[in-house]
Amino acid sequence: MGGTIAEKILAEKAGKKQVQPGDIVEAEVDYVMVNDVTGPAAFDEFEGLCTPLLEKKVVLIPDHYVPNKDIASAIQAKKMRDFARRHKVKNYFEIGSGGVCHQLMIEQGFAAPGRLIVGADSHTCSYGALGAFATGIGSTEAASVFARGVLWFKVPESMRFTVDGKLGKHVSGKDIILTVIGEIGVEGALYKSMEVGGTSITALPLADRITIANMGIEAGAKACIIQPDEKVDKYLKGRVRGRYRKVKADADAAYSELWEYDGADIVPVVAKPSLPSNVAPASEVDVTIDQAYLGSCTNGRIEDLRIAAKLLKGRKVHRDVRMIVVPATKEVFDQAVKEGLMKVFSDAGAYISGPTCGACLGGYMGILAPGERCVSSTNRNFVGRMGDKDSEVYLASPAVVTASAIKGRITDPAEVGK
Amino acid sequence: MRTVFKGRAWRFGDNVDTDQVIPAEHLVTMDRTELAKHAFAKVRPEFAGKVQHGDIIVAGRNFGCGSSREHAPRALIGAGVSCVVAESFARIFFRNAINIGLPVVEARLGVSDGELVMVDLGNGTVTNISTGVRSTFSSYPQFVMMLMEKGGLIPYTKERLDCRK
Repeated sequence: MGGTIAEKILAEKAGKKQVQPGDIVEAEVDYVMVNDVTGPAAFDEFEGLCTPLLEKKVVLIPDHYVPNKDIASAIQAKKMRDFARRHKVKNYFEIGSGGVCHQLMIEQGFAAPGRLIVGADSHTCSYGALGAFATGIGSTEAASVFARGVLWFKVPESMRFTVDGKLGKHVSGKDIILTVIGEIGVEGALYKSMEVGGTSITALPLADRITIANMGIEAGAKACIIQPDEKVDKYLKGRVRGRYRKVKADADAAYSELWEYDGADIVPVVAKPSLPSNVAPASEVDVTIDQAYLGSCTNGRIEDLRIAAKLLKGRKVHRDVRMIVVPATKEVFDQAVKEGLMKVFSDAGAYISGPTCGACLGGYMGILAPGERCVSSTNRNFVGRMGDKDSEVYLASPAVVTASAIKGRITDPAEVGK
Repeated sequence: MRTVFKGRAWRFGDNVDTDQVIPAEHLVTMDRTELAKHAFAKVRPEFAGKVQHGDIIVAGRNFGCGSSREHAPRALIGAGVSCVVAESFARIFFRNAINIGLPVVEARLGVSDGELVMVDLGNGTVTNISTGVRSTFSSYPQFVMMLMEKGGLIPYTKERLDCRK
């Protein structure tokens, strides 16, 4: 019996010929990442262990509450900086050179096909877009990996999702993954590995594939993997750290479930409050909005900003809407400046900030008041996620976020044209 | 290792995410007691004031979904919660709980707030003592049981590293 991508990577990293779903293995981790919110507990736990830090495997990225939002978060960020200095961690990314951790992990060449990567942040599954087995862990687990370089994993069953056919105009990776979650539900892939493929996916740019893998966790998935192709090789050229080998699923791999979609049927959608599975076509949702947020590890890439700028050019953000644009990393920021996108956003009346996770998780830089509504390119719309418990979040693609910002209500991009 | 827990039930529904367990604005400390003051602050503001040592959370499906924040199980331990019973758990929360020594069991139990509940890890039963209704759950995999017995992942890691030498 052949293996799925998840099974083959876990087997290799556990030093076994083959693993079966349900097996518990200890596997060698390539990289472990923590951020300024999850790092401090990992540092405390690690200091109690009797071994040097496996520095080469460790990546420290402050992104949630930096630039420091208050004194308590300043203390946390300092804790990370101090830990990096004390243990001589090279892979520490200060504000001004870093950004939102998952985009940075990809840009900096940590994420690559065949690798096993863990991160103390649930959206670590993003790196599955490059063919890695990547999954979110807790702080205590991170500390254990800092010390031993291995972690226990229960080998997940794999589910196969195939999306074939040409996607419509303004239909993106975000619409695909929201459509899938809308159908299988927020625990539709619980404990499982999603493998996503098909001609629609092959045709997508890497940026959209990252969006898809990023939101696997919103269906409960342990990993969300897309078979790597030459687009991944091209992206990694000159970027990747070390060597990598593309792992493919065997033809006779066993999947617990198969799901098939026709790409032509997928339309621009939103996930209404308060679950990512509460999905409806954007054209059928008639609500006004107070804020439009473009950014995050889900949709804060240069490709996302280009889509938004194209729609916004020569137009204004609706007078009743605050639009916030947050490039995910310095590289995205610099590229957006270079391409003149920032001028488009600014001229349209959008507010631009430097990279941070801030508002996505209701931290700062765009918190919602009671009764306010935000259309957001982020990943979660739980009760109170971006602010007060009586505020609402509608998840959508960059195109829907921008069209909605222009119209002042949830809008299908087709209505705005271009 | 303690295997029997008895306590008052706090009833929750499906998809209780970790943002609900501990809202993001409170993620500026790892102190369990401090975190406990803000447990369920937005959705159930009376929880932090009324929770008692030994209380048991009984929830529906997909408990602990969303963010990987270990602050969530830490806040529950800080609040004195002895055990979480849910029809299913999101995987990161499940691992975090096991790794820091908070018992979590997958079982479905009809219960109302304040009723007395007993969880027996030894024989795999959860009982609503107030009504007499009982249900069962399958035991942890051997490796997970071993972690629980050792008190979590850190004691296990110390043992593997031979830290006492």
